[in-house]
Amino acid sequence: MKRTTIEIRDLSIGYRTHRKTRQVGSGLDASIRSGELTCLLGANGVGKSTLLRTLTAFQPPLAGEVRIFDRPVGQYRTAELARLLGVVLTEKCDLHNMTVEELVGMGRSPYTGFWGGLGREDLRLIDEAIDRVGIASLRGRMVHTLSDGERQKVMIAKALAQQTPVILLDEPTAFLDYPSKVEIMQLLLRLTREADRTIFLSTHDLELALQIADRIWLMEGERGVTVGTPEDLSLDGSMERFFSRRGIRFDRRIGLFRVVRPSVRSIAVAGSGERREMTCKALRRTGIDPVAADGEKRPLVEITDEAYLLHEACGSTRCATIGELLEKLE
Amino acid sequence: MLGIVATIAALAVANLLLGTVSIPLRSVAAILFGSDGESEIWRNIVWKSRVPQTLTALVAGAGLSISGLQMQTVFRNPLAGPSILGVSSGASLGVAFTILFSGLGGTALSRLGYAGEVALSLAAIVGAMLVMALIVYVSQKVRGNVTLLIIGVMIGYVANAVIGVLKFFSVEEDIRAYVIWGLGSFARVSGDQMTLFVSLMVLLLPLSFLLIKTQNLMLLGDGYARNLGLNVKRARLLVIASSGVLVAVVTAYCGPIMFLGLAVPHLCRGIFATSDHRVLMPASLLVGAALALACNLIARMPGFEGVLPVNSVTALVGAPVVIWVLFRRRKTELNE
Repeated sequence: MKRTTIEIRDLSIGYRTHRKTRQVGSGLDASIRSGELTCLLGANGVGKSTLLRTLTAFQPPLAGEVRIFDRPVGQYRTAELARLLGVVLTEKCDLHNMTVEELVGMGRSPYTGFWGGLGREDLRLIDEAIDRVGIASLRGRMVHTLSDGERQKVMIAKALAQQTPVILLDEPTAFLDYPSKVEIMQLLLRLTREADRTIFLSTHDLELALQIADRIWLMEGERGVTVGTPEDLSLDGSMERFFSRRGIRFDRRIGLFRVVRPSVRSIAVAGSGERREMTCKALRRTGIDPVAADGEKRPLVEITDEAYLLHEACGSTRCATIGELLEKLE
Repeated sequence: MLGIVATIAALAVANLLLGTVSIPLRSVAAILFGSDGESEIWRNIVWKSRVPQTLTALVAGAGLSISGLQMQTVFRNPLAGPSILGVSSGASLGVAFTILFSGLGGTALSRLGYAGEVALSLAAIVGAMLVMALIVYVSQKVRGNVTLLIIGVMIGYVANAVIGVLKFFSVEEDIRAYVIWGLGSFARVSGDQMTLFVSLMVLLLPLSFLLIKTQNLMLLGDGYARNLGLNVKRARLLVIASSGVLVAVVTAYCGPIMFLGLAVPHLCRGIFATSDHRVLMPASLLVGAALALACNLIARMPGFEGVLPVNSVTALVGAPVVIWVLFRRRKTELNE
């Protein structure tokens, strides 16, 4: 049974100094459910980080409330929250002379005694966290020698060792190469299933979020937060509205965004299978609209298993690769 | 660690034996354990000069190093040292006020002897504590560490500027007394003052160890530290206060001793290749004590007597050592 872990009600977020208040977002209503991977999407400057900071009680709400396990966040003491919420932040720790194992061990701080010594149970949980994240080979390495992706995994292991039911991550995939992004997202998804954690993260990696997240929080300036599964948000037009800019089109059929180029001419394509799909993609990319072969008078690309045959009014050409075909078409 | 303890013991013994007058080990032992057969002059040298100097160097070195380590941790800045927040400038200001204003009253404080010494220590502590109170107050008002650091440095500049003005209006004899205080020395503390100083430090040093877990968490930065249950503001206050009190007391009795507090933590990180304060705190305490003893010994060697102030020795000996350790460290890192 899925239950609500974090809930925000009519929340206003922003910064208050003694002179003035700067409100970043208001009237926000949403909830995070246990055992799910929830992604927070929003343009730069819309207040994703501020919302995360408010959820983790790093800063107080301007109005409304944040409830964690059905209790207002302000009623928890810092030490209690340390056992409920684990975080992975964008700030890069400048740590020297600290091993991966020691850093993961810091996650045990809310449970260790006065001097911070680790007991047998702590060591077991540290091992478990390291194994789950798959960084056993890094455990003796110094943190400052790690790559960004490795470091991100170590911070996730730290949050796991903290044994909190909820983990919040601020742009964990930023600054990573694409395979590492996918790896981190898959790791997080696995943790929700296998380690029974509730995971909430902000990200700019739309495609990945739409393919992996259980739920999406779409954050927009005036509209506040829209919540739903990626598919529901695709169908009701929220995603399209969200990215309604020139040159980007939301493809409802596959539920992903596509970069559109204005096409200047069209070409008929005959054939089938992967080779046909790729040919069409390449043609679109170069501003040519591929259409099915019909009676119209236009060039035709015939795709066979061995080659790409270009039939034009002036004759036919045989191309071995798509690259050759594109050159001929120029 | 055991090696360092042995080094400290050896250096302490050397401090008792060596100087312009060399006293054989047997005689020193006899004097310390209270047998009567030794010469009165040697007895005086050992009890009135060498023992106080050794003990003073020991606790002062330990205190400054711990203080420096704490400042570097709070500000996550390798260039921070015990005097970075202007606490020792506060002590200097207190001393400057006392020395230079007493001159206006007719009797130069520099001629008062023992009463003068007590007055100087008091003035230094009051000055340092006032600056520290100001810093602690500011630390609760401002959010960022960098802001606090800059404010601390500014307070130091203001204190130094005031000292400059005071100097301008003072008689030459007093300025000389102030300059000599400012050179720093482990030899100034004697008798009851020394007992008080050492007892204070023996009380304060263990207190600073209570902050070990706090300091470890601070390494991760404010966000992570708070998420792991640390009250960041209170932690900052406690560590700054601990560091400030240590440096205030040491400065009051030994004058501003530079360099040790900045260098020793780096030395320890280099030697032990860790940033765990459960290792670094005791290590800094021991290495600090050892280095202070070594510097005191060098400053006192025959021929240097009265020529080399401790501050020059700490930097002359310490800087190359630190650079060497950092270089060696870099190499092992590259070879990994």
